[in-house]
Amino acid sequence: MSANITNPPLKTAAPAAARTRVVRDATCTFCGCVCDDMHLTVDDETHKIVKAENACVLGRAWFKEHGIEDRPFALIDGREAGTEEAIEAAAQILAEARFPIIYGLSDTTCEAQREAVAIADMIGGNIDTTTSVCHGPSGMAFQGVGESTATLGEIRNRADLLVFWGGNPAESHPRLFTRYAVTAKGMYVPNGKKDRTVVLVDVRRTPSAAVADIFIQVKPRRDFEVLWALRALVKGADVDPDIEQVTGVALATLQDLAARMKACRFGALMFGMGLTMTRGRHFNSGALLALASDLNRYTHFIAKPVRGHGNVTGADNVMSWQTGFPFGVNLSRGYPRFNPGEFTTVDLLARGDVDAAMIIAADPGANFPQSAIDHLRRIPVVVLDPKLSHTSRHAKVAITTATYGISVGGTVYRMDDVPLTLRPALPSPYPSDETVLKAIRQRVKELLGGGRVPAPAHAGVAA
Amino acid sequence: MSESMILIGGRSSSQGTSLCAGKLGAEYIDVSSTLEMNVEDMARMGLKDNDRVRVRSAVGEIVVRCKGRAAKDLPSGLLFIAYGPLSSALMGGDTAGSGMPLSKNLDVKVEPAA
Repeated sequence: MSANITNPPLKTAAPAAARTRVVRDATCTFCGCVCDDMHLTVDDETHKIVKAENACVLGRAWFKEHGIEDRPFALIDGREAGTEEAIEAAAQILAEARFPIIYGLSDTTCEAQREAVAIADMIGGNIDTTTSVCHGPSGMAFQGVGESTATLGEIRNRADLLVFWGGNPAESHPRLFTRYAVTAKGMYVPNGKKDRTVVLVDVRRTPSAAVADIFIQVKPRRDFEVLWALRALVKGADVDPDIEQVTGVALATLQDLAARMKACRFGALMFGMGLTMTRGRHFNSGALLALASDLNRYTHFIAKPVRGHGNVTGADNVMSWQTGFPFGVNLSRGYPRFNPGEFTTVDLLARGDVDAAMIIAADPGANFPQSAIDHLRRIPVVVLDPKLSHTSRHAKVAITTATYGISVGGTVYRMDDVPLTLRPALPSPYPSDETVLKAIRQRVKELLGGGRVPAPAHAGVAA
Repeated sequence: MSESMILIGGRSSSQGTSLCAGKLGAEYIDVSSTLEMNVEDMARMGLKDNDRVRVRSAVGEIVVRCKGRAAKDLPSGLLFIAYGPLSSALMGGDTAGSGMPLSKNLDVKVEPAA
C-alpha cells in the first residue's frame, strides 16, 4: 500500500506581495536552551530567515544557514527517488531485519520520537538516542543517586551560587549565561551577576572562565576525586592536603568552595560532558549528584546536566514514558529491557550485533568510534535528516526531511524538562520526520501482517 | 620524536556555527581538523601555527594542523580538538559497559608530520 506522500515541486513561486514578515517568539532548537523568544524576519522571496533577533551566535547560524531546498527528496543506493519510494524501501529493510536498531532522535520533535519508539516495538528491535554518547552516564547516575532538580526559571530567579563543572557554556550554550544564569536578573537576585557567585571547574581555561568569579583547574581524569573530597569537606570530614598533588587543586581552594556551597541560599551545579565522556563516566556524574544531595542538609542545592541537542531531553522523556527507560532499550523479547553497554548503539555496532539501522536526525558516521562506523557501512542503513551527513552519504536509503523548529511544529523539551511548543517560520517541501515515520510504521505493520516480531514472550506460554 | 599528551575533544563556537552550514562544508572540515596545543609544547617540538602534526591513539591516527594556545588557557601536555570525524577516529569502541566511548582525555602520542 502506498504511503500517500506526494512531493511538491522543490522551488515554489514566491508570493507577489509582502516579501518579508516577522514571526515572533519562535523557538531555536539548536541547543538544549531551546530559547523561545526568537523574533525571526522571514524573506518569502528568497525563502530565507534574514534576521534572528535575540539569537546567540549559534542560533543566528542555525537560522541563517537554513536553505536546503535543492536536496533530492530521497536517495536509494545513491539514486534520486521520491519520498514514497524511499519509505517503501525503508520499511522493507526494517521488516526483514532480524536485529534492527533505531538511533538518533535528539534533533526532532517528541511526536516523531514517539513514532520511532512504536516502530522499534513493532519490529522487536533496539532503540537508543544520542543520550547514550552524551549524558547517558548521567542518566545512569540519576537512577542510582537521584536528582535534586530545578527549572532554568528557578535558577534564574533564585540561584546565588552557580558552579559550572566540565562544560563550556560560553561556546556551547551562550544564552545559558545571559538568559537563565550568571547575568540574568531574577526575583531574588535583582542585580544579576552582582548577586551571584560563579564558579567554573574544568581541566582547561575555556572562554567560559571570563564570567567566573572563581576558576578551578582540575587535572584531567581527577573530577571524581575532587567531587568526593568536596563531599567529605561539606560533611566536616578531614581531607589530606596531598589532594593537591592528585587533583591539581589546593585543599584551601576546596575548603573555600565547600564553605561557599553550604553558605549560599540557592546553589546550582550545572555539569557538562567533561564528566561523562571521561574516565569515571557515571561515577563522576553520580558523585556530583550526591554532592548536591548532601548540600541539601544545609541549604537548597540542585544539579542539572547541560544538554546539547535541541530535543535530546525530549528523547529521554519520550523513551521513558513509552518504555520506562531513557535510552539504550531493547524490545526483542516483546518488552523493554535497559542495559547500557549491551543495548547502546556504539556497543551494538562495534560488536557487529545489529543487521540494519534507521538513523533519525543524528550523524554517527561522523562522531562514533571507527569500529562502530565500520559496521554501519556493512549493514543496510536508513537515514532521515534535513542535511547531507557522513551517515546519509553511505546510507542505503536517505530521506530528506524538514527541519524541526524552522519548518516543523511540535513539542520539544528544554534541558530542564520543560516542554515547549515550536512555532515554525518557513514552509518546507520536505515532509517532517513524524510524517515519514508514521508512513514507515504503517507499511512495516502491513509487511509484518499486522503483528509484531517477535511475538511477546508470554504469548507462547501455556496457560 | 613523539610525545605523550592528553587530548580533549569538545565543542567550540566555530564548530557549532559551521555545523549549521553542514559537516561536509569547508569551514567545518577546517575547524574540526585544527588541533590546539600549548605554545610551549609547540616550541619544544619545533612546531609553529598551521604545521601538520600526527596524533596517534590506541586505535587510530590522524594528521591535523596545530594552533598555539597560551599556557594559562591550555596547560602543557593537554590538547584540544573540536568534535568531528577526525577526533572520532581516535576513539575506541569499548564503552566499559556504559554505552559511552571515551572521547575526552584520551592518551595520545604527538609528533610533527612530514
